[in-house]
Amino acid sequence: MIWLVIPVIVLVMMTIGAAIYAVVSKNLLYAVVSTGVVSLGLSLMFFILQAPDVALTEAAIGVALTTIIFIITIRNTTIKECCDEKKSKIESKKGELK
Amino acid sequence: MIKQFFVILILSIVGYFLVDAFFKVPFGEKRDNVGNYYIEKSPVDLKVSNSVTAIVVNYRGFDTLGEVTVLFLAATGLGSIMYRRKQKGEKEVRAKNPSSRIIQIGSQILFPMIILLGGYVFIHGHLSPGGGFQGGAIIATASLLMLISYRKFKVSHNAITWIESIAGVVFASLGFIGLVLGRTFLENFLPTGELNDLLSGGIIGIIYIAVGFKVASELTGVIDTVLLNNRPEAQKEN
Amino acid sequence: MNEFLTISFYGTAIVLMLIGLYAALAKKNLLKIVIGLSIIDSGLHLLFVAVGFISNGTAPIFSPEVLESAQQMVDPVPQALVLTAIVIGFATTAVALALVIRLYKHHNTAAIDEIKNLKW
Repeated sequence: MIWLVIPVIVLVMMTIGAAIYAVVSKNLLYAVVSTGVVSLGLSLMFFILQAPDVALTEAAIGVALTTIIFIITIRNTTIKECCDEKKSKIESKKGELK
Repeated sequence: MIKQFFVILILSIVGYFLVDAFFKVPFGEKRDNVGNYYIEKSPVDLKVSNSVTAIVVNYRGFDTLGEVTVLFLAATGLGSIMYRRKQKGEKEVRAKNPSSRIIQIGSQILFPMIILLGGYVFIHGHLSPGGGFQGGAIIATASLLMLISYRKFKVSHNAITWIESIAGVVFASLGFIGLVLGRTFLENFLPTGELNDLLSGGIIGIIYIAVGFKVASELTGVIDTVLLNNRPEAQKEN
Repeated sequence: MNEFLTISFYGTAIVLMLIGLYAALAKKNLLKIVIGLSIIDSGLHLLFVAVGFISNGTAPIFSPEVLESAQQMVDPVPQALVLTAIVIGFATTAVALALVIRLYKHHNTAAIDEIKNLKW
């Protein structure tokens, strides 16, 4: 089991790094793609834990379908950037003036 | 500032108790529990190679019926939230420019292959890793590919509704036949064949085929509903 | 070796849950809150499957030649539970996103501080 050390370290760093970037980033499209990377790392960890059914399900549903539904929501509502408190007030006032 | 302090306080309390509880469970130790019973009995009584399939469909089959119901409710709720009556002179908004020739021809070639892979996965659910939910998700991904890259591809909601309803009725009626014959609900009443045969396991294969059709049509309907909603620019023109 | 694996699998799952909880509590954009809920789900599923692992075990599927595997098999019950939970988590996320779309079209903003009425 000593050959598991390097893949496990790489997967853990990839998953946690992508999760932190998804929460902190200001561009919403990058955050949604990072959520897909979290699901991908999770699917590989399920494979290392000897669970092939769960890995298949997470890869099919978490990576493909969840990312697509998030991107369709961004397209339908034209939410462009993540807003801080000041930015959201400025943008909504611009919408009222126009 | 007070809000940040409370957030950090809540996170540290939750984190402390989670770490305290779960680090006392030793990782990878041999345990004596109900999983050993399912692993011993499933190739001998039911003649099914995949133990997880036997648990999901046969030993805990009622939970699968509940999950199929929750999926149906979610798809119905989504359709009712996004419902808009069509106003006069309003067309469906699709992509303005067609995709390039490579994408159109490539997706036309890939579409039947992905459906074949999804069908293989849910038919052989009791012999190899896979099953109804995985196969249904793969088929929904295939129809998503065609919806994105082709302008003229339409999914008729009538066909989706009929397939979904018939698959759900098949699942529930297989359970009721067990009641009619005088045994329990969702009991295995067909003869089980030999191990690693396609026709082994009684009603497990038939239930998973019904679940595969139902999940595929439901997820296709969900994606179709969300994808073809009108954009805000088209709304402002009215 | 065993402590390293314990820390990496349990620790990753718990850290993922805490990151998702922070995003759901302290962020003001509606879409970030839904992303946080999805990350909480992912961490929970990993925690469940990691509890059911047995050292030197193999996947709970019988191969065509041997009836009894010589090795011990991994516990199959948490895997069956997580299979159901993944599909239901996706359905919940889809309904939450439909609600986000309706809220945005009515109020024309995506910050929860601006939405002050209770009725949509």
